[in-house]
Formats: sequence, C-alpha cells, structure tokens
Amino acid sequence: MRFVGFLLLFLVAALPLRAEEVLAGLSQKQLSLTVNFEGSEILVYGAVRREAPVPEDSELHVIVTIEGPPAPAVIWRKARRLGIWMNVESMRIRAAPSFYAVASTGPLEGILSMDADLRHRISTRLAIFEAREDADVSNPAAFSEALIRIRKQEDLYQALESQVTLDRETLFNTTISLPKNLVEGSYATRVFLVRDGAVIDRFDTEIDVQKAVLERWLFNMAHEQPFWYGLLALGLAVFFGWGASAAFRVLRT
Amino acid sequence: MQVYLPIAEISVNAFLLLGVGGGVGLLSGMFGVGGGFLITPLLFFIGVPPAVAVATGVNQVVASSISGVLAHLRRKTVDLRMGVVLLAGGMVGSGIGIWLFNLLSRLGQIDLVVQLSYVLFLGIIGLLMLQEGTRALLRARNPAAPRRKLHTHTWVHNLPLKMKFRASGLYISVFPPLGIGMGVGVLAAIMGVGGGFIMVPAMIYLLGMPTKVVVGTSLFQIMFVAAFTTMMHAVTNQSVDVLLAVFLILGGVIGAQVGARMGLTLRPEMLRILLALLVLAVCGKIGFDLLWTPAELYSISAPRGV
Repeated sequence: MRFVGFLLLFLVAALPLRAEEVLAGLSQKQLSLTVNFEGSEILVYGAVRREAPVPEDSELHVIVTIEGPPAPAVIWRKARRLGIWMNVESMRIRAAPSFYAVASTGPLEGILSMDADLRHRISTRLAIFEAREDADVSNPAAFSEALIRIRKQEDLYQALESQVTLDRETLFNTTISLPKNLVEGSYATRVFLVRDGAVIDRFDTEIDVQKAVLERWLFNMAHEQPFWYGLLALGLAVFFGWGASAAFRVLRT
Repeated sequence: MQVYLPIAEISVNAFLLLGVGGGVGLLSGMFGVGGGFLITPLLFFIGVPPAVAVATGVNQVVASSISGVLAHLRRKTVDLRMGVVLLAGGMVGSGIGIWLFNLLSRLGQIDLVVQLSYVLFLGIIGLLMLQEGTRALLRARNPAAPRRKLHTHTWVHNLPLKMKFRASGLYISVFPPLGIGMGVGVLAAIMGVGGGFIMVPAMIYLLGMPTKVVVGTSLFQIMFVAAFTTMMHAVTNQSVDVLLAVFLILGGVIGAQVGARMGLTLRPEMLRILLALLVLAVCGKIGFDLLWTPAELYSISAPRGV
C-alpha cells in the first residue's frame, strides 16, 4: 500500500502536466432571465496552485471560455437576381453555440498551438460544427465566417484578447458580459492553463441560465399546450381590445 | 424599462413597444384601418424574428378589430350573411397561407415573399387611394363635376350559386366573395395583416357593396380570420408572443382612441391622401431595402421541420 502511495506521489511529481493546477470560481452560477433582464457581468477568478517553483523558461497563459447551449442553424447568402437581393445559397450548421466568449491573457494564435486548439476546441472557429455532408456551396468557410461576424455584432460571440489579468503568475481574473439576448440553458465555462502552446490543466464548471417563472411558464405552455396557449392569446386580445374601448366609453360619459 | 419576450427571446424596451402600438393605434383610429401592415414591418425593424412578428401581428389585429366590430354591430352596419361567406373563404385562405408560410420558411424565401407582397400590395393600394383622394378633393372644390356610378354588374357576379345579401342589397354569386375572402386569408397568414386595406376596396369596387356596411363587414371577417390565423400560428409554429401582444395592444387601444378624436377634426379627403402617402412611404422603404445592396449578405435562420 505504501509502495503504491509512493509511486503515485512520484508520478504526480514527475508528471509535468500536473505540476500546476487551476482553481476557479464565478461571481454568479445562476442567472434568471426576468422581465427586466438587461444582460449581466460574470466575474471569473481563480488561482494557479503549484508545488514546485515557477518554471522560468516559459510563459504562463490563462484562457477562459463561456459557451452557450449549441443549436443547429442555417446560414443564407444573398445575391442579386433580377435586380432584387434574395437568398440564393444556404449552408447547414450542425451545431453552433448560441453564445461564445473567449478571454485570454494574450492573442490566441500567439499563446495556443493548433494542436491544443483542435483538441479542446477553444477558438470560436472550432466551436462551430459545420454539416460538411451537404456543403455543396462554393465557399463553405465564408458561411462560417459570416455566422461569427453576425453574432459578434450582436455581442453573442466575443473574442476578448488580453482581457484576462494574471497577477504574479498565480492569481487571475476577467469579466465577461453576457448580452440581453441570451438563450436559456447551461453555459459551459472552461478555464485553461497554457504553457508553450499546450494546455497543462483545465477547470470546468457551468452557469445555469433560466427564464424566470412567468416567462418559463409561457414558453412551456406555448410548446407543450399550443392550443390552450393560442386560446390564451386570443382571450387576452379580446379582453384588452374590448375592455379598453369599454373603459374609454365609460370615461367619456 | 426592458421586457424580456419569452417567445421572441429578446429583451426590448417596454416604452418602445407601447410607442409602436400607440403610434399605429393612433393612425388606425384616425384612418379606420387595422394597422397590421405597419406593426409587422415595425417589429422587423426592432429585431423581432419575422415569424414571431407575423404571428403576433395577427394576434394584435384581433384586439384592434373587436371594439370596432361591436360598435358596428350595435349600429347594424354589418352584413352578417356576407361576412360569413367571406369568412368561409378566409379560413381556407388562412390555412393555405400557413402552409405556404412554412414551405417558404424552409426554402429560406419567406422574408423575400413577405417583403415583395408588402411592396406590391401597399404600392397598388397606396396609388389607388391617392388617386381616389385627390379626385374626391377636386370634386369637393367643384361640386358640378359628374359622380361615378356606384355599382355595376360584371360577369363575375353572374356565376352560379347566386345568393341574396339583404343588408348589402345584392343578389350575386357566392364565388366572388369566397374568392376575396380566401385571398385576404392567405395575405393575413403570410403578411401578418388583417387585410382591411385590400378587403375594403375589393368590397366596394369588385362586389359593389354599399359603403355604409363595408367597414363593419370587413372588420367582422378580419377579426375571425385573424383569430383563426393566430390559432394556426400558435399550434404549428409556436410563434405567438403573448407578452409582446399585450404591450402592442395596450399601446394600440389608447392610441386608437386618441386617433379617432383627431380624425374627426380632419377632412376625409385629406385623411385619405395622408393615409395613401403613409402607405406609399412604407412600400418605398421596403422596396428600397430589396434593391439596395445590403450591408450584410449573409443571414442566419433556425432550421425548420427537423
């Protein structure tokens, strides 16, 4: 038994991958999309735990990603036909995160190797899964780029280079602001420790984004009992339409 | 104050929504139109997804037409028999419209078709109203000018299955009203409008109905077709946002009351010309967007039917 223990200790000490460990926390782990939700700031903070002295020959980097629930999408390209701009080509995306933010201590290309990026799917481009089988379009890459460009404009995709502050190679923090147009679901949050382009440790957690009670109820009803929901919509329309005009008639007399 | 819309899944300023509803209500009270043709494009501009805008637009039409229908029923200016025939056509048309809407969404052409229909119908109706309004204005200045004959029979009225419409004083085939009802039903489903702006001229010029029963009867038909279309959208697409509808309706009913007062102070010919210009402006804006090179050539949509 003691031998096994020694062996483990030896292994842990010898394994360069576990020489530094990351621990992280979030300012909020639950978010409620209430009627007056206007977006929210999430503070991601943490520390690097190490038993050995700080290696001097390489630089330590931290990357934080927050990924919203993925969903399939169709991207359309417009072109001029008979003088009118219309959708002519489309490409299916098997899954694209509804929200994706990457914050890092430096430019991603500079601190992360292609290999590590591919393995952990860190950069925005790799977080999107194209459906290559029906990609009969002329330039599939342009479609994925357009998706990223459009979502960036809506603040749904964010590349926050050099937005993570790393203090004395140990303490780090960053704030990521979630916009108001959030989809509900669980937002996977990952923290990566990177040295020499390779990921040496990662920490995974999630933020739970939920619609508030009334919104939740309406959404569920719309999808589970669409007939009754439709009647509710009509009932409200009749009530307000007729009620308001009746109220005005009373006011006038 | 922001509100999060549970179906549209965006958060919008509540006062903006009340303003849109109120502004459109003001115009509809002033001009006596439902206002659906303005609400739906305005919702596009705010960023509400087109499917939700169209479905919620028709829900709003139910609210804005109900008080009008009740008022007309009290005054007995509704041709119920004609209304029911139009309605039968409208239901069929709405069903076809919903089917077309879903098909076109899958093909990615729904936005184009909606925009083209807006340009086409608003353009035609706007020009007709403008011409009619200026003619009426000129006639008002010069009362000696000859008046036009109110209703002429053409071959469409003599198709089989003739029916008596007492309130309208007509004895015509049921096919023209069925066809008109159907056409308006299709438009209601695709464009998210009540269709009053097409129905009213069609009833006057194609059916030859007397003007006093036209507005009440068209409102009667529109209310039921809009209600039916709302149900269809709710059941097949789950795209009706009741929270959005409530804000639009609240703004709308208040605006309509104010508008109705303002409308009384303006001359009817002037009103018609103003409405025509407004319709043409909306038409021009949408048409311009179709012809002008868009800033972003790509767009994202959710896959349907999977």
